[in-house]
Amino acid sequence: MKVNIKINDRNYSIEIEPGEMLLETLRKLGYKGVKHACSTASCGACTVQIDGKPVLSCSTFTAAVDGHEVKTVEGFSNEGVLSEIQKAILEEGASQCGFCIPGLVVTAEALLKENPDPNQEEIIEYLKGNLCRCTGYESQTRAIMKAAKARRER
Amino acid sequence: MSRVLTKEKLNVVNTPVEKVDGKALVRGKPVFTDDFDLPNALTVKILRSPHAHAIIKSIDTSAAMIEGVACILTYKDVPHVIYTRAGQGYPEPSPYDTFILDKKVRYVGDAVAIIAAENENIAERAMKLIKVDYEILPAVLDYEHAQDPEAPVIHNEPEISGAYDPKHNIASHYEMEIGNVEEELKKCDYTVDEVYYTPNQSHAMMETHAAISYFDPNGRLTVITSTQVPFHARRILNRLFGVNCRVIKPRIGGGFGGKQALHVEPYVVAVTLKTGRPAKCVYTREETMTASNTRHAMRFRVRAGAMKDGTLKAIELWGLSNTGAYGEHALTVFMVAGSKTLPLYNKVKAVKFGGDVVYSNTEPAGAFRGYGAPQGMFALDSALDELARKIGMDPITFKLKNSIREGETSPIFKIMGEGREGVEQIIRSCKIEECAIEGAKIFNWYEKIKKPRIDMKNKIAHGYGVAFAMQGSSIPAIDMGGATLKMNDDGTFNLLVGATDLGTGSDTILAQIAAEVLHTTVDKITVYSSDTDITPFDKGAYASSTTYVSGNAVKSAAEKMKKEILKAASELFEKPVELLDLEEDKVVCEDGRSISFSELQTKLFYTFNQRQLEVTESFVSEVAPPPYLVSFAEVEIDMETGKVKVVDFLNYIDCGVTINPVLARGQVEGASAQGIGMALFEDHIMDRNGRLITDDFFTYKIPARGDIGKIEVRFAKSYEPTGPFGAKSVSEIGLDTPGPAIANAIYDALGIRMRRLPIRSEELFFEIRKKYG
Repeated sequence: MKVNIKINDRNYSIEIEPGEMLLETLRKLGYKGVKHACSTASCGACTVQIDGKPVLSCSTFTAAVDGHEVKTVEGFSNEGVLSEIQKAILEEGASQCGFCIPGLVVTAEALLKENPDPNQEEIIEYLKGNLCRCTGYESQTRAIMKAAKARRER
Repeated sequence: MSRVLTKEKLNVVNTPVEKVDGKALVRGKPVFTDDFDLPNALTVKILRSPHAHAIIKSIDTSAAMIEGVACILTYKDVPHVIYTRAGQGYPEPSPYDTFILDKKVRYVGDAVAIIAAENENIAERAMKLIKVDYEILPAVLDYEHAQDPEAPVIHNEPEISGAYDPKHNIASHYEMEIGNVEEELKKCDYTVDEVYYTPNQSHAMMETHAAISYFDPNGRLTVITSTQVPFHARRILNRLFGVNCRVIKPRIGGGFGGKQALHVEPYVVAVTLKTGRPAKCVYTREETMTASNTRHAMRFRVRAGAMKDGTLKAIELWGLSNTGAYGEHALTVFMVAGSKTLPLYNKVKAVKFGGDVVYSNTEPAGAFRGYGAPQGMFALDSALDELARKIGMDPITFKLKNSIREGETSPIFKIMGEGREGVEQIIRSCKIEECAIEGAKIFNWYEKIKKPRIDMKNKIAHGYGVAFAMQGSSIPAIDMGGATLKMNDDGTFNLLVGATDLGTGSDTILAQIAAEVLHTTVDKITVYSSDTDITPFDKGAYASSTTYVSGNAVKSAAEKMKKEILKAASELFEKPVELLDLEEDKVVCEDGRSISFSELQTKLFYTFNQRQLEVTESFVSEVAPPPYLVSFAEVEIDMETGKVKVVDFLNYIDCGVTINPVLARGQVEGASAQGIGMALFEDHIMDRNGRLITDDFFTYKIPARGDIGKIEVRFAKSYEPTGPFGAKSVSEIGLDTPGPAIANAIYDALGIRMRRLPIRSEELFFEIRKKYG
């Protein structure tokens, strides 16, 4: 079947298999920032935004996104400068192996759009679906606080 | 006298430089194994045993050879070479007890057949069409019964070598004694004699195991793999297939020891050798959980005794370790449970350590961050906490009174190495007093312990626990790291290291070390790491060795490069080397002249004494200086559910000089979280047939954001004279303390001693019920 999806501001008209998951479609199209880590919708590494809301692409049928707008980590990444969130993640050492980071960036972008001045508890609550095995989360919370401040002061 | 480096003298080391691979990672660039798409690549899937212990009577693949299947390989089709997947140095300390595929399967998840197809769907369809007839054997699912007289023999293959007593399911055995524990215990005023358990734990790195193999255009077999040991992987693949190959490690999505073993590499290589085509295999989460490696579950009986004044006299740790179906790291992990815990209490009159490592029909255990020390330290520190309370002493005072100090040694360093004898060493940096005393102040220990613990009205209890730990830095006299530096005419350097960055940031800290010596900045150092055809050898990322061993290799190479630069400039300026020095990307001469690195190498390329400046150095350590850690835990317990929340966890660590304080802090924070998971949540639950039920992130609970309270990290002012710029290891030690600190805190809160990890809330709840009604 054929679907029309806007991915990172680019329009696609693509042939998909019935039952194809968005994670698979995006990776096939070259959006490798969308990570496959758990297969049970438990870890958040595959998070993308659909119409601005964070969604797990591993458990979203591509067919369901027909006519919608998808944004992956690549859509939040400029070649020149890093976003405030990306910059803060690096400064705080909040990316170790980096495998969970694309999902974290996409989710944190949604958080800061909804709530530009979140407190620690709000950050933890919003990002609780994004697992990380490396950092123990402390540095990631620090990074999001810092990024939020930088965005507010922009 | 140890020199204390002040920050003023350092420009790059001891500063929070951002990770050199960080920009790619935060942008989600395609840098991991599964991100590489090779044209014409086959998808590889593994058919796995549904039985814990069985013999394959027959296997029929004919119906599975559907359109799109390139090959199906069974034990009849792959080299019958006995080996160990452990991924260690050579000679290998783990027993040879494994085949790529075997006629016998030894755990639920053991590999039965390799399927290679045009895509995943075809491979999965084909997998279901393979007909296997099993003769099911009785299985050992509980390792405490592995040595029962009626227990089935798991390894009866005639080719096995290096196992201690496979006929009785004993993979390894070790024992040692200094002094006479029995006699000393008799003289003690207070003794403890208790048994402690630590569980299997899954690494649960976010990136599952993955590898790709292919022939490059010149026909060289190349393997891209998510490994911690590219050079060992190359050596072991050669042993299995008799073929030379190139192993490339891209970015790794976490390893924690789980990627030290060879998991996927032999399967893809077998397919590429058979078909000539590129082959890719990416494990599912379920495969990573059930069919890779786990932490060795252990049981320790601890006997310890002390005098009224708190003088510790004797310690005995007698253990049983579960290595699962194969003996990967069986002996070495077990020995570390003693060798990296007992020297901390070096003032005892007598010490004894030993026990068996047994086979069982469960997932093979392997290397996991801490490498036995978390298991040993949970038992030892818990027992010492019990002893302190019997004596009526503050546990900090008791543990500190008996622990090792700078300038001292322990005979255990010499007696116990990893799988063999160790090396003598005098401790040249140990700030455990600062860790304990200053840590207690920051944690408000002495204020907190004055507070009432139980709020009966709200059914909430608070408790405070402390745990001490040590680790090592490398395997001395074995681990080697190499580094090559090459100067370019644009004034940059290429740093080539075999060292394996698995997310820890080693590429970054190694670049910092080189930049510091060469009076340049990290952006001028381009790091290429872990490519066996390009970079010099390195043992890989394990045994807390990278900062120390690879770091020393880089420092040594950079110092040699500095000499080469000064020599070239001395020839150019016609001035003796003594009048020259490096300063901010250039060579400066006493007479005021200077030349930039860029200009110098350009002249050396084209117009003057033409040569490429390039150096290679290697480093092997004679010692393994331990880092030290004192951790303080505050727990909050809901007495109506038994739920434990770690509200505050303070680590005060002596890891020498931190090459990169932000990355070092991250290592400790991350290890604490994994330790909290091991202490409270992470649990392997099997069904009665030996199938792991907790095989995904839904059922196997790793700490999520809301499960972690505050984790704090403080660094002691410490300088290790043998380390690069005073550094010691930092990555593993943080896992040693959460188990005992939390169990000690629970005891402090409720007077209930939990001697088995993970501390399940339901079990604690039943204990609370018994005690408080």
